[in-house]
Amino acid sequence: MRKSEKSNAGWIFLGFVIILNIIMWIINSEKTRQSLNYAVKVFMKIIPIFIFVIVLMILVNYFFTPKTLKKHISKEAGKKRWLIAVIAGIISTGPIYAWYPMLNEIQKKGNNNGFIAAFLYNRAVKPALLPLMIFYFSLKFAIVLTIVMIVLSIIQGIIIEKITEVKK
Amino acid sequence: MKQQDKGKLKRSIIQSLKSFYRAFPILIGVLLLIGLFQFFMPKELLVKLFQKNPIIDSLIGAGLGSILAGNPITSYILGGELLKQGISLIAITAFLVSWVTVGIVQLPAESMLLGKKFAITRNILSFFFAIIAAIITVLVVNII
Repeated sequence: MRKSEKSNAGWIFLGFVIILNIIMWIINSEKTRQSLNYAVKVFMKIIPIFIFVIVLMILVNYFFTPKTLKKHISKEAGKKRWLIAVIAGIISTGPIYAWYPMLNEIQKKGNNNGFIAAFLYNRAVKPALLPLMIFYFSLKFAIVLTIVMIVLSIIQGIIIEKITEVKK
Repeated sequence: MKQQDKGKLKRSIIQSLKSFYRAFPILIGVLLLIGLFQFFMPKELLVKLFQKNPIIDSLIGAGLGSILAGNPITSYILGGELLKQGISLIAITAFLVSWVTVGIVQLPAESMLLGKKFAITRNILSFFFAIIAAIITVLVVNII
């Protein structure tokens, strides 16, 4: 079990961040107030994503045993796991950190680090943001970068899988 | 639903809620940190950091993108501004890619929830991949 899971590491981390906010408030109360407002706004916006993630976590825990996950997303699943990671990464919404709890559940069910790394990399590919990227950097740029990112996500997944496997 | 399935569902719900409860303070901490970064990092300073040397700038771009956090839309707007100021497309692409793939601000959260080794390895790899992605993308865009 990871240290953060058996201790209060998460609350200690939050405590440090709150202390940092208090220090910044003393230095510049106006900017800190704006940053707190920003954090609250983002939090309100991602509440539905948190709910979605919790539901997904329940489904993962209910339907997927370590054995079934191994069949679909571990090294033994073959190339299929990269396709699943790419699609899941692209279609998943919200900030990257909102997905950490669910990925933690998947990680606990076996050595699926390659899949998780590829999933996280593909979080950068967002079809909804493509029009804006095209507006700023051209259609050609957006298409090429998207393809390059997908290919690199798989390469990264393979490397992480190898590294974590060796170190295990 | 069978009694056995009900029990399994109840266990899944409890397990998931417990996991989320453990992750919750970390997520809130990350949100607060991102807020601080948004308002205490002057955007004008970012432009001044670039040297107009493609190699050094791609490292600066990837570095800046790794430190900064927030919605990718902000990175596009900033990237667009940098492009207008004559910064190389390779540097800007490295900046855009690392903005979404490397997370120094999220690193404590990623380490706590996915493991220190995993988080550090992934972020270091993503930093170098941002530069590689930038070089390949710009080369291909220039060729086709």
